[in-house]
Amino acid sequence: MAGTSTYQPKSGFAKWFEARLPIVGLVHSSFVVYPTPRNLNYWWTFGAILSVMLGVQIITGVVLAMHYTPHATLAMGSVEHIMRDVNYGWLLRYLHANGASMFFVAVYVHILRGMYYGSYKEPREVLWILGVIIFLLMMATAFMGYVLPWGQMSFWGATVITNLFSAIPLVGESITTWLWGGFAIDNPTLNRFFSLHYLLPFMIAGVVILHIWALHVSGQNNPTGIDIKSKDDTVPFTPHATIKDSFGIICFFIFFAWFVFFLPNYLGHPDNYIPADPLKTPAHIVPEWYFLPFYAILRAIPSKLGGVIAMFSSIAILIFIPWLDTSRVRSATYRPLYRQFFWIFVATGIGLGYLGSQPPEGIYVIAGRILTFYYFAHFLLVMPLIGILERPKSVPSSITEAVLAKTRSGHGAAESKA
Amino acid sequence: MTPGLPRAIGSKGSDLASTDSAHRAEPTRRDFLYIATGAAAAVGAVAVAWPLIDQMNPDAAALALATTDVDISTVAPGASVTVKWRGKPVFIRNRTPEEIEAAKAVPLADLPDQNSRNENAPTATADDSNRAAAGKENWLIMVGICTHLGCVPLGQHGPFGGWFCPCHGSAYDTAGRIRQGPAPENLHVPKYEFVSDTQIRIG
Repeated sequence: MAGTSTYQPKSGFAKWFEARLPIVGLVHSSFVVYPTPRNLNYWWTFGAILSVMLGVQIITGVVLAMHYTPHATLAMGSVEHIMRDVNYGWLLRYLHANGASMFFVAVYVHILRGMYYGSYKEPREVLWILGVIIFLLMMATAFMGYVLPWGQMSFWGATVITNLFSAIPLVGESITTWLWGGFAIDNPTLNRFFSLHYLLPFMIAGVVILHIWALHVSGQNNPTGIDIKSKDDTVPFTPHATIKDSFGIICFFIFFAWFVFFLPNYLGHPDNYIPADPLKTPAHIVPEWYFLPFYAILRAIPSKLGGVIAMFSSIAILIFIPWLDTSRVRSATYRPLYRQFFWIFVATGIGLGYLGSQPPEGIYVIAGRILTFYYFAHFLLVMPLIGILERPKSVPSSITEAVLAKTRSGHGAAESKA
Repeated sequence: MTPGLPRAIGSKGSDLASTDSAHRAEPTRRDFLYIATGAAAAVGAVAVAWPLIDQMNPDAAALALATTDVDISTVAPGASVTVKWRGKPVFIRNRTPEEIEAAKAVPLADLPDQNSRNENAPTATADDSNRAAAGKENWLIMVGICTHLGCVPLGQHGPFGGWFCPCHGSAYDTAGRIRQGPAPENLHVPKYEFVSDTQIRIG
């Protein structure tokens, strides 16, 4: 759907430059005249929100690195130095720490939007898989970032997560020693995590470019899940999507700012203000909230290796859903049965998140096992079977028809956006 | 990559396929050079990659801290000390006679992990005598790291009177053997020796 560029350089310099590097034309065709479905709703603004959040994290991260010291004895002191002494250091750090949480809020909405409207389905499989890779890189980046203040949760979170690799038969112990650069988490580990935490966001940016490239090859999905059939089905990216995305970003920034200015430590853990002590484990180790569902899956399996395999599988399974979903209809709008199971799945994810924050005993363990089973069943049983059993509602013949039908049936003569 | 394999398959380009099959029969000097060049490049890439990978392994300074000497003369029966060895906590416990009796009374069949996990007696079973110091059964010396995911268990806690891991609920008995919970192995006993009656060297 990228369409050939209609960009016509006007000035002499622009013509000269375009003949040598047609980048202005590329931007023009990708973000100005690019045909975007006319019925995109606000769930579609999260892609732009995520791009902006990546920018926020990179900018605040680069300036924080100017004041932070990656050393076991100095790290926490340098973080406090940022908070107390550095000009606006408190703001930059709170933006960065809460920005990570906001990044995950947005990415979970973005992933669930894709699952609801069938955005992973043919011909967008590669686009979807690139998204899963970005998600994995984000998790690695966030995990290593959380280690940097070198508090108790940093240290013991890093211990538990790196020890996951010790579950691998035969080579597990060598891998953990290699990851640590010693026989336990220590200064070499902090040093390399800082290096990688600085590197990975740029790798994310690279994969984001591929993600957008793939998006512009297959074209955007839309709430009806129907392909674009005529020019009437689309509006130019600018001003329509540009303005809608900007409005979405501003609303999201208000939410973000509420945390930064009024609840800056709400999503963190107080134990992480205690300096790391390799001889004493805190009573309750919990990861950051965005990892809790996966942590619950890890703990649900009563075997070390089994738990680790289940946890990694719970993310890896996302790669396969373009082929696990057997339905011919993309959008859940026209899939009455799948729509219900979609919301059950969302509830399962939230339930696992809650269980991940609770101690692993009694009823929590049993509930964790049930929800873990259902999590996998959603992908391995529900998705393939519903596609076969369900009778989808009749799908409109075009995006324009769907939009006009909605406008006509709506009260108060809502104006068509076209 | 592999010249000599048919480039065109199928009904189209049958001429090409037939000329290719003539090539396929006899590998040429050029095929050999391609493969030799590729092989040399692969070996070179591995040779360059290895230093980049191995630099992450423990460095000479970390390895130099391989042994730690500890004075245990002040550790009374029923008391323990935790020392740091290679960045890890090591529990040194002077066990009470009751704890020793309790550990000895456990039949081997009740243990999830029947290996001693003792570097001083690597193939032995997990009997109490193979867990405690040889000839000094009151001394129990173990790496204080839960074999599940690496937390430090709390001493003299939990249902078996030994150690209890607060992270995921693994319980160890008075000989540091796993009895309940997700940990797969007994607490590891590091290599150590009694330099004198009151001095041990770990590592």
